[in-house]
Amino acid sequence: MNAGARRCLASLGRWEVLLLVVLIALILYGSTVSPVFLSSRNFANLISAIIEVAIMSLPMALIIIAGEIDLSVESMVGLSTSILGYLYAAGVPMELAIVVVLIVGALGGLLNGILVTRMGLPSLVVTLGTLALYRGLALVVLESRGISSFPTWFTTFGFGSVPGLPIPWPFVLYLGLAAILAVVLHGTWIGREIYAIGKNQAASRFSGVRVARIKLWLFVLSGTVAALAGVILTARMASARADVGIGLTLVVVTIVLLGGVDIFGGRGTIPGVVLAFFTLAVLGNALRLTNVSSDIQSIVVGLLLIVSVVIPTLARRVKEAYDRAQGGRRVPTGSVGGPGEVASP
Amino acid sequence: MSEAVATAPASTTGPLSRLLGAAARQRELSLLLVLLLMGVLVAVRAPQVLSATNLTDVSVLAAIIAIAAVGEAMVVITRNVDLSVEAVIGLVAFAVASVLSNHILPAPAAMAFGIGLGLVLGMINGVVVAVFRVPSIVATLGTLSVYRGIDFLLAGGKQVTLTGLPAGYTNAARATVIGIPVFVLIALAIVAVSAVVLRQTRFGRSVYAVGSNPEAAEILGIRTGLVTFVVFSVCGLLSGIAGVLWGILFGTINATAATGVTLQVIAAVVVGGVNIFGGSGSVVGAALGALFLGFISNALILLRLSQFWLQALYGVVILIAVALDAFLLRRFQRSATARRRR
Repeated sequence: MNAGARRCLASLGRWEVLLLVVLIALILYGSTVSPVFLSSRNFANLISAIIEVAIMSLPMALIIIAGEIDLSVESMVGLSTSILGYLYAAGVPMELAIVVVLIVGALGGLLNGILVTRMGLPSLVVTLGTLALYRGLALVVLESRGISSFPTWFTTFGFGSVPGLPIPWPFVLYLGLAAILAVVLHGTWIGREIYAIGKNQAASRFSGVRVARIKLWLFVLSGTVAALAGVILTARMASARADVGIGLTLVVVTIVLLGGVDIFGGRGTIPGVVLAFFTLAVLGNALRLTNVSSDIQSIVVGLLLIVSVVIPTLARRVKEAYDRAQGGRRVPTGSVGGPGEVASP
Repeated sequence: MSEAVATAPASTTGPLSRLLGAAARQRELSLLLVLLLMGVLVAVRAPQVLSATNLTDVSVLAAIIAIAAVGEAMVVITRNVDLSVEAVIGLVAFAVASVLSNHILPAPAAMAFGIGLGLVLGMINGVVVAVFRVPSIVATLGTLSVYRGIDFLLAGGKQVTLTGLPAGYTNAARATVIGIPVFVLIALAIVAVSAVVLRQTRFGRSVYAVGSNPEAAEILGIRTGLVTFVVFSVCGLLSGIAGVLWGILFGTINATAATGVTLQVIAAVVVGGVNIFGGSGSVVGAALGALFLGFISNALILLRLSQFWLQALYGVVILIAVALDAFLLRRFQRSATARRRR
């Protein structure tokens, strides 16, 4: 067992376990309120409902661990959908259109990355700017048109499941991407450098980490994956419109932070983010089955976002106060299972 | 000190970069010049830009954005950001409209209620950021969703139409005093008061201190948490005023009112020269930025260019303004170091 896997397991001991408990409680609750909750059909529905968001949450986790943020993903979804619809309506074969859209996504991510790493601008403002820019370009491309009547194989990819199993095709993509990124983040030098950048950017630059290059590639990855999410969303909705995806960034960031990724960078795991996706999917599904309005759901997501940052902060402060009360012993923040661990009952 | 900055050595800097440096120091003035230049160019192609009705239309909407931008500018000066302004404006506009249409309060009381509601929403942001230490970007992304959700919940798909409002209530949007729209006068008063408070008072200086170096500010005895809480509260209060005016201007209000306004407000702040890294900038600049953006939008319409370009243009304007700021800052630092070496 290498150090990466051990560190991954050690941190699983805390936030992720809490998430798992919440998830199980939600599943139990869901199965009592509705008989269809545990059906395989509902499982497919529950996953499909936020699969685009789930896919975008994976690169977002890496970006936030590296101490940056990408707010432009929801607009990239809109731009990707619009270009896909526009090209298809203009007679371009679907396969080619998808390739073009993914390249546009990579270029959009590259622009974010260049502005952040080469010009030294804060990613918050850069991606706020491209949030407006990419949505604007989507509007320019498609105006107020709506494109539908996509080829059957394409929409089947959006609606359909793996034959014989209640697993939607996009979910297979999600699992594949999650596995790859988990290996990269927790098992390779690239992952260790991403953590190092997030913990202390200056120190990692002096120790030879190519900070700019890694960040640049993370933004390219984020843009490409957001474009892919746009393709999936188009297939699932079987239509393309320029205003698709508005408000998704909020849910993406919520999943990442709920998954235990530190908003200040340097901490978080892919398994945690995957768990957070399931938790949010089950929560949304249970709320829908109990006829809670979608307005309440958006309030719940907003509160979850804030709470998932407040709880770790409060826990840290309580722990520090406890440690001080124990006789002035200073336990460095972030230490695992220290003598003053308050989490133990 | 400012003398030394103003007389930059000619030997190390060419005339162009000196001009750029001067433009950076006088952001408000250069923005005003650009605005006038654009006005002349547009007026040549479309003379109706200078008609009284058009100028009123542009300045009234820009005044609302400017009021919110003043609040946002203070937040950005403290190194924070408030993404929830559009939800505050929308929620306040809808709440005031429904209070009026249900005859719960008379018009002045309903307006006061709206401003108070804005203040409370801003205070909630302030508590989450200053007390619970949630980064402002996350906190206000969350409250953006929560406030908008409450708005949808209250509205339930309905909208308050003009006919539900008291007779003559929306006339205020067209009212003028000595030829100047009332909304513009309100915005001017708010900008003037905020500018004086930021420049001349102890509180104003502590806002800049918190933004330029939070740790140093803390050591100097400035209560950074309190300052942060107050700027978020003021931002909520001003967004509340903007929301009340929004309701008066548009009359018909549903739950999606003011969607996308946050981007305009932040664009105005950034274009107005408020440093996104915190610590510098002025509310006058932010208000001029709002006027600048409103004018661009108007020019697009008058020159018969597609409105679909507007959103993309806002994005480009944000990126250019931020990149320019970073470039000038770096250049300024370099020339400052060079001067110290000699």
